[in-house]
This record gives sequence, structure tokens and C-alpha cells, in this order.
Amino acid sequence: MEFSKLQEIIVEELGVETEEVTLEATFADDLGADSLDLFELVMSIEDTFGVSIPNEELANIKTVKDAVDYIEANDK
Amino acid sequence: MYHGKIVGTGSFLPDFIVTNDDLAKVVETSDDWIYTRTGIKERRIAKDYGVSDMAAQAAKNALDQSGVKPEEIDLIITATVSSEYSMPSVACMVQGKIGAKNAFAFDLQAACSGFVYGLDVIEQFIKTGKVKKALLIGVEKLSQVLNWEDRSTCVLFGDGAGAVIIEATKEVYGVIDVLNKSIGTDWDVLTSKIKHNDTPYYKQGEDNYLKMDGQQVFQFACKKVPEIFEGLLTNNGLETIDVDLFVLHQANSRIIERVAKKMGQPIDKFYMNIEKCGNTSAATIPIALDELNAKGELSGKTVGISGFGAGLTYGAAFIQFQ
Repeated sequence: MEFSKLQEIIVEELGVETEEVTLEATFADDLGADSLDLFELVMSIEDTFGVSIPNEELANIKTVKDAVDYIEANDK
Repeated sequence: MYHGKIVGTGSFLPDFIVTNDDLAKVVETSDDWIYTRTGIKERRIAKDYGVSDMAAQAAKNALDQSGVKPEEIDLIITATVSSEYSMPSVACMVQGKIGAKNAFAFDLQAACSGFVYGLDVIEQFIKTGKVKKALLIGVEKLSQVLNWEDRSTCVLFGDGAGAVIIEATKEVYGVIDVLNKSIGTDWDVLTSKIKHNDTPYYKQGEDNYLKMDGQQVFQFACKKVPEIFEGLLTNNGLETIDVDLFVLHQANSRIIERVAKKMGQPIDKFYMNIEKCGNTSAATIPIALDELNAKGELSGKTVGISGFGAGLTYGAAFIQFQ
């Protein structure tokens, strides 16, 4: 999985700088995402990486690394 | 072959305004929370008006604007889900109030897609030559079905009515095409249970409120609206670039922004008045059309409209305005 592609999506969806999108960054606190931002971000991730992220999983995706792990675990 | 042409628009918004700050006194929320998630700043509540009052006023305004007389109307369809009455229809009550004595009248229930569904139905009557002039109204008083203790829903909706007069024509101007769909297996994503009475043989449940899985509705709209526009464009040999203006159902500004992005269109092509009105369900599109019409902003434009909502239902249409 291309991390830079994920970074691009996060930058676009959350309006943050690329440098802020580190693996440890939390969506809510570090990147200022509200629940709807996170939801829209997940929709973009689904479209781009062809994965499906059920709404129940959203609670488990707190950091950028969580998103990376999920995509890699579910990428066909 | 006849098709329908919108020759007049009208709308009615009650004067009682409830701002986000007002709502924060009623339920735990804030102006910032509501505005950033939905684009809504205030909504109108029909404190002093019934559904048929609002519908009739919007209809009168549309008749005045078009110059068509009530007795010329052959058909009245009212799209609504929030009438105080299961029967008679709001359309019949409007007929009585405006004096459209030659019309037949009925309501159409397709939630927030109601206006586009109604347009489709009227097109069929016009194409077959059965109807020459029709009145299509979208009216909603969702304030009376909301759970005002549920901050996830009560902040979203407003009351109001919009109406259009549609005439049969063979001119190039008018409705280009309409397409509607529904996904009945998702009926439980957005519901509003009606308060019915207990009987000696069975009892009703207690819960009678509008309920919504917001995330599912959001996802559905963002996916299906671009899809249905795509389908309609292809069917009519059009490109997105040919559409001058989009008037989407005003459910949430973030849905509209996302649809614009997905369609590769600039956001300023998408009209929004959700800031002032909130989500008035079947009334959002005709209210928006009336506002645009009053400013002369429909003239000469190819306009794409799309409704989407409970059902799940969704639909779109292209209209060429003169």
C-alpha cells in the first residue's frame, strides 16, 4: 500500500499539511477531524484502495497507523 | 410529443425562525457543531401554519407568478410526508383553498425525492395528452414528527413549501428527462412512524418519531446522486459540462460538496440555501427553484435537480429553462 497515496487523501479530506500526516497522528486530536470528517475520509479510502470499511470499524481507526494497518490487512 | 415546461414557481416559508443558538437552549448542541456538520444556521418552524396552508400559499404564489388561473389547472400533486391528515390529501385541501375546481388531486409520498417523483408522474400525464396544466407542490412540516430530544435529528429539518406550475408544450424548453429509483431493502435507514390508535385487539408501540442512520444516508446520497446524474446524462447524450446549474435536495451541505467533487464540478454550480431553511424534505427543490427564479437565475439555463431520501428513494431530472 502506498503511504503517500493515503497521505494525499488525508491532506485533501482534512485540509492538513502532508508533514502533519505521520503514522502516530490521531485523526481527532492531531488532525482535527470531527466524526463526519472521519466518515468522509473513510469513504475516500474505500474508493481509492478498493477496501470496505464497515461503520463498526470506524471506532477502531484512531490513528493514521490504524488506517494503514486496516488497509493492508484488507487489501486484495 | 408534449413534455412539461415549468412556467411559474412559488414558495412559502413560515416567519418563525429558530437559529442554532435557539436550539442549543432546547437540546445539547451548539451553533458550531450544527453548522460545521450540516451547513445549517437557521430553520423556519410552521408554528402558525398547517401543511395545507403552506402548500396553498406556495401554490398561489406560483399561479400569480405564472399568470395561470386556478381553474386552468387539470392536476394537483402534493409531495409530502408530514401532513396532519392521512386523508383527505393535502392536494385536495389545496384545491379547495385555491379554487382549482377543474383539477383532480392526490398526494405522492416519496420522502425527499417527492418533488422529482412528482415531476416524473406529471410528465407521464402530459406526454399522454391527459393533462395540459399541472400544479406540483412540495411541502413539509417535519417539526411535528421530530424527536426534539434527539439532537442528531431535530437540528436538521425545517418547515416550508414550494410549488411549480407545469404546462404541456412542444417547445424545446422544459423537462428534458426524469429518472427515479428506489431501494426498498433499505427501508429502515430513515423512518418516521405514524401515531396510530390502540384497538381492543392489538396495541400500538410507543415510539412515533423520525429516526435516521445518518451515516448510511450520507453514504447512499454521495454514491447514488452522481450515479443517477451520470445515467441521465448518458441517456440524453449530454455531458456534465452542458449542465449550468445543479439544484440538489438540501439535506446537508457536505453531501452537496462531496457530490460536486465526485462529479468533477465546481461547487458554485450547486445552489444552496440550507443555511437559512434547513432540510425541508420534499420542499427543498421547489423552494430553491423559486428563489433562483425570483433572481432571474434560471433563465436560459440547463438545470439538473436531484432528490434523495427515505425509501430509500432517489431521482434526478434535467430541465431546460427559457
